[in-house]
Amino acid sequence: MTRTLRRRLAAFLHRHAGVRLSLLLSAPMLWLGVAYLGALAALLVSALWSTDTFTGNLVKEVTWVNFQELLTVEVYRTIALRSVGVAAAVTLIDLVIAFPMAFAMAKLAPPRAQRWLVIAVLTPLWASYLVKAYAWRVMLSADGVLGWGYGLTATIVTLSYLWLPYMILPIYAGLERLPNSLLEAAGDLGARGGRTFRTVVWPLAFPAVIAGSVFTFSLSLGDYITVKIVGGRSQLIGNVVYDNIGAANNLPFAAAVATVPVLIMLVYLAAVRRTGALENL
Amino acid sequence: MNLSRTARATLWATLAGGLAVIYVPLLVVLLNSFNADRTFGWPPAGFTLRWWEAAWNSTGVRDALWTSIQAGLGATAIALVLGTMVAFAIQRHSFFGRDAVSLLIILPIALPGIVTGIALNNAFRTVLEPFGVGLGMFTVIVGHATFCVVTVYNNVLARLRRTGTSLEEASADLGADAFTTFRLVTFPMMRSALLAGGLLAFALSFDEIIVTTFTAGAGVKTLPLWIFENLFRPNQAPVVNVVAAALIVLSVVPIYLAQRLSGGEASTR
Repeated sequence: MTRTLRRRLAAFLHRHAGVRLSLLLSAPMLWLGVAYLGALAALLVSALWSTDTFTGNLVKEVTWVNFQELLTVEVYRTIALRSVGVAAAVTLIDLVIAFPMAFAMAKLAPPRAQRWLVIAVLTPLWASYLVKAYAWRVMLSADGVLGWGYGLTATIVTLSYLWLPYMILPIYAGLERLPNSLLEAAGDLGARGGRTFRTVVWPLAFPAVIAGSVFTFSLSLGDYITVKIVGGRSQLIGNVVYDNIGAANNLPFAAAVATVPVLIMLVYLAAVRRTGALENL
Repeated sequence: MNLSRTARATLWATLAGGLAVIYVPLLVVLLNSFNADRTFGWPPAGFTLRWWEAAWNSTGVRDALWTSIQAGLGATAIALVLGTMVAFAIQRHSFFGRDAVSLLIILPIALPGIVTGIALNNAFRTVLEPFGVGLGMFTVIVGHATFCVVTVYNNVLARLRRTGTSLEEASADLGADAFTTFRLVTFPMMRSALLAGGLLAFALSFDEIIVTTFTAGAGVKTLPLWIFENLFRPNQAPVVNVVAAALIVLSVVPIYLAQRLSGGEASTR
């Protein structure tokens, strides 16, 4: 009895691809499409609400006051610009360190060593984010190995350290796909290292660089933990969001601030979309 | 390629220097876990196993570790089911909005963690609290599963792309129904992809702190939350450092497993 039922169900599913598809998509779409997107949409809507200054209760009326405050108050503009500056600095530092490393890995190292070098770069990714930030806190502390102290520079250094592998790996993958024959051809035609780099390597590796920068930029932009650990008293966008959720209990304003990194990332993604880098992610 | 000798030397030196920069901080943490000095004065004056013993006996560390394992297992289990389902839907069917669905899967890790964190926090408090479900282990698992789906999805999708459908068609031609085919053909083909994806999902969950901050109630403390809370307490510093050192040592395990998985695959084919 149950056997025939099972066979009939199997046959039914086999014949009806649409039913199969809806069953496959049902739970994931309920979870991510309805619950998660719904939560994001609700957050966006609440950015248009406000809180009563006396009672701290939500006032569910549409107002642009949060965005007005965000744009007009000097402090928030400074913090937003500082966050973008930190993200850009981290991306630049990582690029300068990662490109020669990836090039040496992909084009100079013998094939057997390549596998081990990739593992060597990958391994620290599995070490906890918090542990790595902590390691820099210990090293940067006044009586630590480096002893530079905390602050914005410490934040940039630590973030660059944290996201370096995310820059190395895409560039390495991009350079590995670049045929050696192109480099040899450039050499045969008389180009030296610098010229080959400018006219052959860099243009072809550029999408990979962009792919890496998406990681380093967006990961730096949303960070508030590292700033708390090594940043001393400096603040980034993430800290403003965090403080407004926690201490100030002002969800609408926090939601409005949280749209800033999302908007910046969307602009960034739209700008780099034309390079074709996003297919590399 | 015409690379001058200095250019070659510079590239090699950057590679060596970069790898040194990657590993030195981790080694410093490992060394400091044996540092006899409570404030990690450098260079270490002497070495001791005292802190390892203290960390081993710390109930705070043990509870946090157990909480993290539970949350990781729960999130991984959900991610395995949801990620596999979406991967099959995307790879084996073509439908309107397929690109949107694949984008939706990536969204939770593409957005800054704090955005996902406060969105979920807000949703949980407005939707679940009227039913008497407060923030706690359940909400942590839900939050983690949301961003873990993508790792399983990526691994299963890559595997499905490579294997194709011919073996399943052969199984159907030989008279096996859809369930038997799944059990005897499809699942065994995907097993190592599921393992790799699950491993990544667990690691992602085990390490996560931002979404966790916003989805854990007062009672739930995962290991990252415990570390972060004790990071700024000078008298806890040695124990925090030991936990950090232990996590660094443990991070070799997934790398080893991943290598075994990919190595085993190569030998069976």
